[in-house]
Amino acid sequence: METAYNFKEVMNRPERLAPGHRMCAGCGGTIAVRAVLRALHPEDKAVIGNATGCLEVSTYMYPYTAYEDSYIHNAFENAGATLSGVETAYRVLKKKGKINDNYKFITFGGDGGTYDIGFQSLSGAMERGHDMVYVCYDNGAYMNTGTQRSSATPQYADTTTTPAGKVSAGKVQIRKDLAAIMAEHHIPYVAQTTYTGNFKDIHTKAERAIYTPGAAFLNIMSPCPRGWGYDPSELMNICKLAVDTCYWPMFEVVEGKWRLTYEPKKKLPVEDFLRPQKRFKHLFKAGNEELIVQFQAEVDRRWEELAAKCR
Amino acid sequence: MKAIDINEKSPWQHITEGNQIYEPATSRHFCTGEWRTATPVMDWDKCKQCLLCAPVCPDSSIPVCDGKRQEFDYDHCKGCGICMKVCPFGAITMKEGK
Amino acid sequence: MAIRERLSGNEAVSYAIKQINPDVMPAFPITPSTEIPQYVANYIANGEIDTEFIHVESEHSSMSAALGASAAGARTLTATSSCGLALMWEELYVAASDRLPIVLALVNRALTGPININADHSDSMGARDSGWIQIYAESNQEAYDNFLQAFPIAEHKDVRLPVMICQDGFITSHGVENILLEEDDKVKAFVGEYEPEHYLLNAKETMAVGPYAVTNYYMETKRAQRQAMINAKKVIMEMAEKFEAMTGRKYGFFESYRMEDAEYAIVIIGSAAGTCKAAIEKIRETTGKKVGMVKIRVFRPFPEEELAEALKDMKAIAVLDRAEMFSATSGPLGAEVRAALYSAKSQAELVNYFYGLGGRDITVEDFKEVYEKLETIAQTHRITDMYSYIGLRSAEEE
Repeated sequence: METAYNFKEVMNRPERLAPGHRMCAGCGGTIAVRAVLRALHPEDKAVIGNATGCLEVSTYMYPYTAYEDSYIHNAFENAGATLSGVETAYRVLKKKGKINDNYKFITFGGDGGTYDIGFQSLSGAMERGHDMVYVCYDNGAYMNTGTQRSSATPQYADTTTTPAGKVSAGKVQIRKDLAAIMAEHHIPYVAQTTYTGNFKDIHTKAERAIYTPGAAFLNIMSPCPRGWGYDPSELMNICKLAVDTCYWPMFEVVEGKWRLTYEPKKKLPVEDFLRPQKRFKHLFKAGNEELIVQFQAEVDRRWEELAAKCR
Repeated sequence: MKAIDINEKSPWQHITEGNQIYEPATSRHFCTGEWRTATPVMDWDKCKQCLLCAPVCPDSSIPVCDGKRQEFDYDHCKGCGICMKVCPFGAITMKEGK
Repeated sequence: MAIRERLSGNEAVSYAIKQINPDVMPAFPITPSTEIPQYVANYIANGEIDTEFIHVESEHSSMSAALGASAAGARTLTATSSCGLALMWEELYVAASDRLPIVLALVNRALTGPININADHSDSMGARDSGWIQIYAESNQEAYDNFLQAFPIAEHKDVRLPVMICQDGFITSHGVENILLEEDDKVKAFVGEYEPEHYLLNAKETMAVGPYAVTNYYMETKRAQRQAMINAKKVIMEMAEKFEAMTGRKYGFFESYRMEDAEYAIVIIGSAAGTCKAAIEKIRETTGKKVGMVKIRVFRPFPEEELAEALKDMKAIAVLDRAEMFSATSGPLGAEVRAALYSAKSQAELVNYFYGLGGRDITVEDFKEVYEKLETIAQTHRITDMYSYIGLRSAEEE
């Protein structure tokens, strides 16, 4: 049963991601992991999956696991399939009376492991309807290998494989809308979120994702101070600008019904989100004004499209 | 073989089968506090226990107990300063060094 | 009493799966192994077994899901062929290094470029270094018998490695032969219940699988994995003895056929061994020449010393490879047999042939020619063609 969000009670729950992992100072990825795992009811056990990426090499570096729960990493492109195997084993072992405890199944992948190389495996796992949650911590590039462009990278971002240069304005293409694609799988629950205020939005969505029977997908914008080029302490401000400019809309799709979970009182211009990040620095050079206009137009178009779905 | 007994000098016979570890949260043995170049310091007089600093910590280094945040886990805090920025009461300041 | 039946190789392996009633089977269709998941799906549909089938969207996901299920504590298997195995390649290594006792029913088929659906060993030979135990069959009976021994070997506490049970595509997988099946209760007793020591869903302890291991751990990890493969030799023989006690059918690392007095030997893997046996009988009957054959059953772990011992008195040996490895020298079996003989300081002459690629037939006549060639080599001590193809069309005299 879903209960009203009680921030104090939730923060009082035992921590399920231990410190001592090797993520960079100020990393957004582990904030996502902590937030999602807090939504597990303390009495439930869980198996945590993980695609190869920053999170994996930092949170299970032999012999140090940061997880209080059982954990499995397999490879880069198969977090969906791997956890679907675990979940299937759970169902059959329970049916055969070999295990009794209740388990939940949550897997984490970065945008590289989710939007790109793990896309097929994710799609298969969602389509088959395994009772599991796939969480993408989306930092918009292949950060583990040094900020190469992914299909989640926003247009014009300066990455190490789409460098801004004399004749290049960074990434050419606009980003893939993975949450919408997952919603088109007609699974029971899809949501997009990030970190805001007292974490009510992300907590509520994580709890729904975990406790809705069937497959669920969560897309969580997880800023990367190194890859995006901002001071690590600024993370929460970056998140706020992302949602207030409507660059990163927060919504959920419950049984096919789309709903905005946050609408800024005053939609800010997207350049407020772009300006603090070094990856967009070149957009603010004289002569590149048109690129920001285009970026804004894309944000507006997508926001309107989303708003229409949510009406 | 316990994780604490496995190290970079362990002979091959002491490596767990398939590199599996049968204990939770062994990462606690590894002190990332060494990485810090700046250290958050609490002014407990200013802290109102709103807990807004606790979920933003990437390093689970602001423990909460009985509804109250505790002292920083300096063995693991990497000094990123996110908590300092979200504190509405200016109870956290960053001091240079470890 | 064993049950007399007429089954194809795919039917025989599927029947073994039904008798074992494993927990989880992820699978993706690919010729010629497709029938195996089809049969299993039918057993499930009719309530004959309670295995959970995962309808994965690729072979990569098939092996990935198998890993997850096995780590979770489920007895897990899958089936595939050719490109399906190639797509699993990365996962084969992970399964072995994670020490997960998964069983794979492999129906050998040529690897693509160009597409070809017929038998050769390029798929499994390509996976020979992945850390899997590999056991090959000549016949449907052997495919069935090997499959029954697979889980007890894989799950043994001294081994805990995945096992690949191989049979030749179409020739064995689709050819219907007489077969003896064991009764369900006997199979159940032989294979036993799977009781993993550590697994993800163990309520009494957590388990973490698949870490990043830095240089200071990686080499020790690989050495520990090697030990499991060394241990597998003993366990494979123990299971073979146990199996013989149940069925009367004897298995080892290889089968020595008419080797007691042989002077010329062929070393081979898989279904073509049957044709070779026919050739041996014919040659011995018509000429009295002492020809024999060693048919490899267990290729991983490789029975180096035992094989050298079996071949030690040969005057000349032909190793027949049903896979290229494009070293521009040996095939995979040729290279390993030669290495085994070198260590044993053997004086036997040795040549290496490639045959049967992409399903090309090999005949009794072909084998007779090989034995004749061996005799010439033994007499002249002159090898003109160290590496040659059998049944290859050529514009030049080969």
